[in-house]
Amino acid sequence: MGKAVKIALAGEGGQGVQSVAMILTDAAAMEGKEILYIPNFGVEQRGGVSIAFVQIGDEKIGAPKFKTGDIVVALSDRAVRRVGMYVGPETVFIYDAGIKGVEDDIPQDAQRILAIPALETANQELHPRVFNVLIMGAVIGATHVVALEKAKEAIEKKLGYKFEQNPELREMNFKALERGYEMVTGTGVA
Amino acid sequence: MEVLPKIPKSWNLESKPHKFCPGCGHGLVLKALGQVIDELGIQDRVVFGCDIGCSLLAWDFFNVDSVQTHHGRTTPVMVGIKRANPELIVVAYMGDGGGYAIGSQHLVNAATRDDKITVLLVNNTIYAMTGGQMAPTTMPGQKTETTPYGRDVGVAGYPMMGPEMVSAITQEGAYVARGSVARFRKLKQYIKNALQNQMDERGFSFVEALSTCPTNWRTNAEKTWAFLEEQMTDQYPPGEFKTPQGKEG
Amino acid sequence: MGEKPIKGEQKAFMTGNEAVAWAALAADAEIMYGYPITPQNEVMQYWTRLAPKYDKRFLQTEDELSAGFTTVGGVLAGRRAFTATAGPGNVLMQEPMSMAEAMRIPTVVVIQQRGGPSTATVIYSQQEVTLTCFGGNGEGLRIVYSTSSHQELFDYTIKAFNTAWKYRFPTFVLADGYQAKMRESLVLYDPQAKGIEMVPTESFVGKPGTPGEDRPPAHLRNTYNTEEELFDVLSKNIREFEENAPEITEYEEFNTDDADLLLIAHGIVFRSAAMAARELAGEGQKVGYFRPITLRPFPQEELRQAAAKAKQVMVVESAYGQLLKLVKENLYGMEVPIKTHLRPGVGITPEEIVADTKKILGEGE
Repeated sequence: MGKAVKIALAGEGGQGVQSVAMILTDAAAMEGKEILYIPNFGVEQRGGVSIAFVQIGDEKIGAPKFKTGDIVVALSDRAVRRVGMYVGPETVFIYDAGIKGVEDDIPQDAQRILAIPALETANQELHPRVFNVLIMGAVIGATHVVALEKAKEAIEKKLGYKFEQNPELREMNFKALERGYEMVTGTGVA
Repeated sequence: MEVLPKIPKSWNLESKPHKFCPGCGHGLVLKALGQVIDELGIQDRVVFGCDIGCSLLAWDFFNVDSVQTHHGRTTPVMVGIKRANPELIVVAYMGDGGGYAIGSQHLVNAATRDDKITVLLVNNTIYAMTGGQMAPTTMPGQKTETTPYGRDVGVAGYPMMGPEMVSAITQEGAYVARGSVARFRKLKQYIKNALQNQMDERGFSFVEALSTCPTNWRTNAEKTWAFLEEQMTDQYPPGEFKTPQGKEG
Repeated sequence: MGEKPIKGEQKAFMTGNEAVAWAALAADAEIMYGYPITPQNEVMQYWTRLAPKYDKRFLQTEDELSAGFTTVGGVLAGRRAFTATAGPGNVLMQEPMSMAEAMRIPTVVVIQQRGGPSTATVIYSQQEVTLTCFGGNGEGLRIVYSTSSHQELFDYTIKAFNTAWKYRFPTFVLADGYQAKMRESLVLYDPQAKGIEMVPTESFVGKPGTPGEDRPPAHLRNTYNTEEELFDVLSKNIREFEENAPEITEYEEFNTDDADLLLIAHGIVFRSAAMAARELAGEGQKVGYFRPITLRPFPQEELRQAAAKAKQVMVVESAYGQLLKLVKENLYGMEVPIKTHLRPGVGITPEEIVADTKKILGEGE
């Protein structure tokens, strides 16, 4: 891994983008990576678009915010409009395929644009609650910033107490992670 | 018969005669406080905080550790000391401007938090050091430099009733009283009760002392005393407003 | 003394506010006084969770005036006491810190700058430089460390207690909302394990013995009767501040020999400037940087030496000329041209600095 990978994750409050950032960065920390994670914590945190700026690399990270992300993820129509500014010709732009009315707002100059059926998959195959974990899988699939197994460890660390009571929840979370990963890599995970 | 008043042991003789104007009540309040410190035997652990305005003239008044600040902030300074070292007995000494106007939030919050400190506030109905402007305690109709036609309550509001307020916002265990330099022994008893309350760790303690300012009142001795004894005492009734378990101290 | 909060060294990944709370614990701070304001709230939140386990205390006050004055009280009682604030809270904090400055009270205040003036944003800024260095009705006899990472927040919070108690000037750790809220890795440590001895504290009031009998009373005041009396006190304080300044000042520099452009930045913006300078230097450009770590006292001689070797300098900051003012004052009389990249209240990326630098060096057309 050369330069740090820059990730911007945006969604509505309650969609869990900050939790994704937290678990993802925890996993990276376990791998001994250098990380800088800054939530967008302005007045927007109440009833606005929530953004997590995450950078993961092997060397000390420089500035906390960046102009252009390597991976930009938008999980709602407002998020799509809000994060367009962080998209450049090198960016992989990922958004949920179920978002309506954003045809004109999808950034045109991105290197790659991926519409993934994250919400639909979570709702129909898994559980709406694991939507954000699925997104985390997609981010890992697109960046390989951490090993999938480390991500599972981090999930275990964060939600282990819930899994104790309900082991099915563990299965569902790990499944969601893998489904998200596959959606982007298209290769499946062994 | 003892003729000369006994000088409190806790007084710093090097700073005497003190710097207050002739006829000022501060000297009497501080004499009462000095005697109380002696009687309670706490000279080695009292911290005396004074404020901006005339009270600051007391910064070297006692042979006790003293800290001077401003704007009624002597209350949080004493709170800070007490919280950091509860062994010390702290007295926040200030005027009516510091306690009831610019620093009123500190008085209110220290009282509601039930900080184990003693606030001793001198009410002379005026901002004296700054040259006689209206204070929160200026009487209705009273002439000052900023109410030259007399305090019009419709414009400038009503006098602040400190002990009444403090007794309303404090918990059981607090001690609240209003004394007067015209009733020295009562005043001294109230100050003693207040400090005893702190020493017993019962709660917040507050004493307002009605006092005199002939310099800014522009009164002679007779009129000074009459203003204090009649008008002020009428507006500001002396007495104990709150005692732990309702007991007289 | 109870158990040590940190044994040896521990790698951690946390927010800056959390790092400050851990640093205060590691420095054996005994009491924090505070009032909520974003973005420093979590300093109090972590402290209140951690402190009772180590027999340490906290008081939530009615406002920042009280937070500052109670901190003064805590220090007078001989404790390592501190507070943290930001923005409009920092404005109120100047009144108590004036008292601390007047009376040489070693308070420690952590400032997490937010946007200004007034309420502005809760997010980020570098607009509290002038206020923190020179706030109050005095001469700015304070020590201000401007940190740029969580490791530095931890290091300099510990150091602030020692600097304050050693030199007896109020000491500030100046960071910002990004540093407060972002998470990054750092190494927590027990100062002693690193050979850092905490400077012992001393009571200003309540020392053993009866005042006037066993010892002189402490008569601490910040009011003076005559101009001359005040002048004597100030002269002594100014002299001591200036005499100690060379020992206190800290800075960092890179590529300052023969630079076509010397970037000058502090705090988190320094990180962007450093990235930009290294990137450009990697491309063979003669670009360097100078970073004051102490904004008060300012590393004047060091900056002048670096600037003397540069064709021009560029001040980069998230404010409209607050660092610039310091730089101009400290470069007074020198002819080196001063360029600026001033972005009040917003973050600055390395890309922006690179672009501006290239433009200045005549290659960005």
